[in-house]
Amino acid sequence: MTQTMSGIAASNGIAIAKAFRLENPELNVDKRTISDTDSELARLTSALETSIAELEVIQKKTAEQISEKEAAIFGAHLLVLSDPELVGPITEKIKTENVNAEFALQEATDMFIAMFEAMDNEYMKERAADIRDVRKRVLGHLLGVTIQSPSMISDEVIIIAEDLTPSDTVQLNAQFVKGFITDIGGRTSHSAILARTLEIPAVVGAKKAMADIQNGMIVIVDGLDGTILIDPDESVIEEYKNKQLAYDEQKAEWAVLKNEATVTADGQAVELGANIGTPKDITGVVDNGGEAIGLYRTEFLYMGRDSFPTEDEQVEAYAAVLKGMQGKPTVVRTLDIGGDKELSYLDLPKELNPFLGLRAIRLCLEMPDMFRTQLRALLRASVHGNLKIMFPMIATLDEFREAKALLLEEKAKLQAEGVEVSETIEVGIMVEIPSTAVMADTFAKEVDFFSIGTNDLIQYTMAADRMNESVSYLYQPFNPAILRLVKMVIDASHREGKWTGMCGEMAGDEIAIPILLGLGLDEFSMSASSILKARAQISKLSKAEMAQHTDRILALSNSQEVEDYVKQLPTN
Amino acid sequence: MVEKQFTITDEAGMHARPASALVGAVSKFTSDITLEHNGKKVNLKSILGVMSLGIPSGSVVTIAADGADENEAIEQAGAVMEKEGISNQ
Repeated sequence: MTQTMSGIAASNGIAIAKAFRLENPELNVDKRTISDTDSELARLTSALETSIAELEVIQKKTAEQISEKEAAIFGAHLLVLSDPELVGPITEKIKTENVNAEFALQEATDMFIAMFEAMDNEYMKERAADIRDVRKRVLGHLLGVTIQSPSMISDEVIIIAEDLTPSDTVQLNAQFVKGFITDIGGRTSHSAILARTLEIPAVVGAKKAMADIQNGMIVIVDGLDGTILIDPDESVIEEYKNKQLAYDEQKAEWAVLKNEATVTADGQAVELGANIGTPKDITGVVDNGGEAIGLYRTEFLYMGRDSFPTEDEQVEAYAAVLKGMQGKPTVVRTLDIGGDKELSYLDLPKELNPFLGLRAIRLCLEMPDMFRTQLRALLRASVHGNLKIMFPMIATLDEFREAKALLLEEKAKLQAEGVEVSETIEVGIMVEIPSTAVMADTFAKEVDFFSIGTNDLIQYTMAADRMNESVSYLYQPFNPAILRLVKMVIDASHREGKWTGMCGEMAGDEIAIPILLGLGLDEFSMSASSILKARAQISKLSKAEMAQHTDRILALSNSQEVEDYVKQLPTN
Repeated sequence: MVEKQFTITDEAGMHARPASALVGAVSKFTSDITLEHNGKKVNLKSILGVMSLGIPSGSVVTIAADGADENEAIEQAGAVMEKEGISNQ
């Protein structure tokens, strides 16, 4: 009988193999009074020296087999073993309290573990695991306990463990270790990060794996969605073997596409961009071959703090994104806050209909000082890359004109102060309110580009609150009403020589992509992890052919018919 | 005694890699060397001490050295921080 368990998907891929339990031996530390402090100190020194020698080997092996970067953590472990603030107190305890080395080591390390675990920062919390790892090694030597090491494995297995220490993880030989499951840990644990580097499928935080999985049981690890299958039936194994093959094929296909342009089967280029929230997200965009940032949500810069970010702080963040993108188009959306997105330090009155209330550009125009600060920061950062500024929630042309006037005023002021500002910044708007989509022809004469925000456009067009479960059936991206609005916007922009992008969920949807291609969308912006998949799909589609289907699709009567129509197209 | 201030510019703050490089580099000096952040002072030759400060990006830290090779120690600390890209002087 197949038993299912789920955890946190930590590293992509699928593995099927026998379980190998990596037991954590009990390292029981008793407090003993010792009489010969000198020989106790010698025991400590010898355990420390043996541990140092082992770590030096692991460090060297990691640098050779994985990378210098991954090996660095063992440099830190080595420093811990010779840390005067750790070794000092241990030696001191042995000498003055006449306790055994194990106990002194335990006490001294406990203090640091507690200190790191109390920190208000995920990264620092994880460092407690490093201290435990180092301590376990030294304790093993002091107690004469052999600690099981993954490097001894010589069969194809999936490792099951309470947790993997960093030194366990680097001894994983991908030839034998097909995947691993741990009961604790998160996506940022050291073991999870290393699993991704080694490309070993992994699920962490499974909670009951050590309790339920015995040595030799067949286990399937699905690192794509965090599923674990124990003792699976033949049919399940078959299903996952196919999933594994499909994943491998897909990965090979996508890897080739990473540095390629996005071109349709009939040679038409479109741009695939990513939606990001912080400068840190750039790594993911670059790794997934993003050609642009189609939406940088600046509100994250304002959230999770107790005062507005200063102009300088904002310049730093915007410049980091622009530099990271190395001249590729970067669309920055000005502050979209208010309504359901609140800032603790900004006291806004409660509203009955927050989605229809004072938010985004409406709030910014209401609070021009706050808005001007952001505009100045964007202008100052503009020299570092290819900046495009986008205003959210524009309902009328007057709003756009007012926002743009503020931008131009700040630009003139900065230039008068002698600050360098890019002369090629495009200024565009989000199209997420039906009035703007309908008036797109008028807007197109004044804006440099449109970006269609589908999540809001759907909610406003269908008059259905997307937070409200009872009307969720009205959230219909493929409703011809939405598609007709999208067409109006794209056509209007092209008539004025402008471009249109899309930065909602819909842009990365495999049903939507053929339709949007046919409608002539210029830029698709999605989560970074969807880019390669979309690029692969687009390379198989002909834009001219999709364009021939457009009229028929727009004439369909409902969302379901549109979906069915696209699914039966030969290329799908 | 000599001391000098540095601003931590690395976005991740004082994380394990640069901290290790810094501790490793100053450990060979005989002077007493300390790192101060937010009123808390630790031994710069102690990786656990340095990490326990949890120094975030944007912090100003003071490194002080006292002893025969104090000038070289400070100079070396500054060079390592710059090389590791965590600070400008």
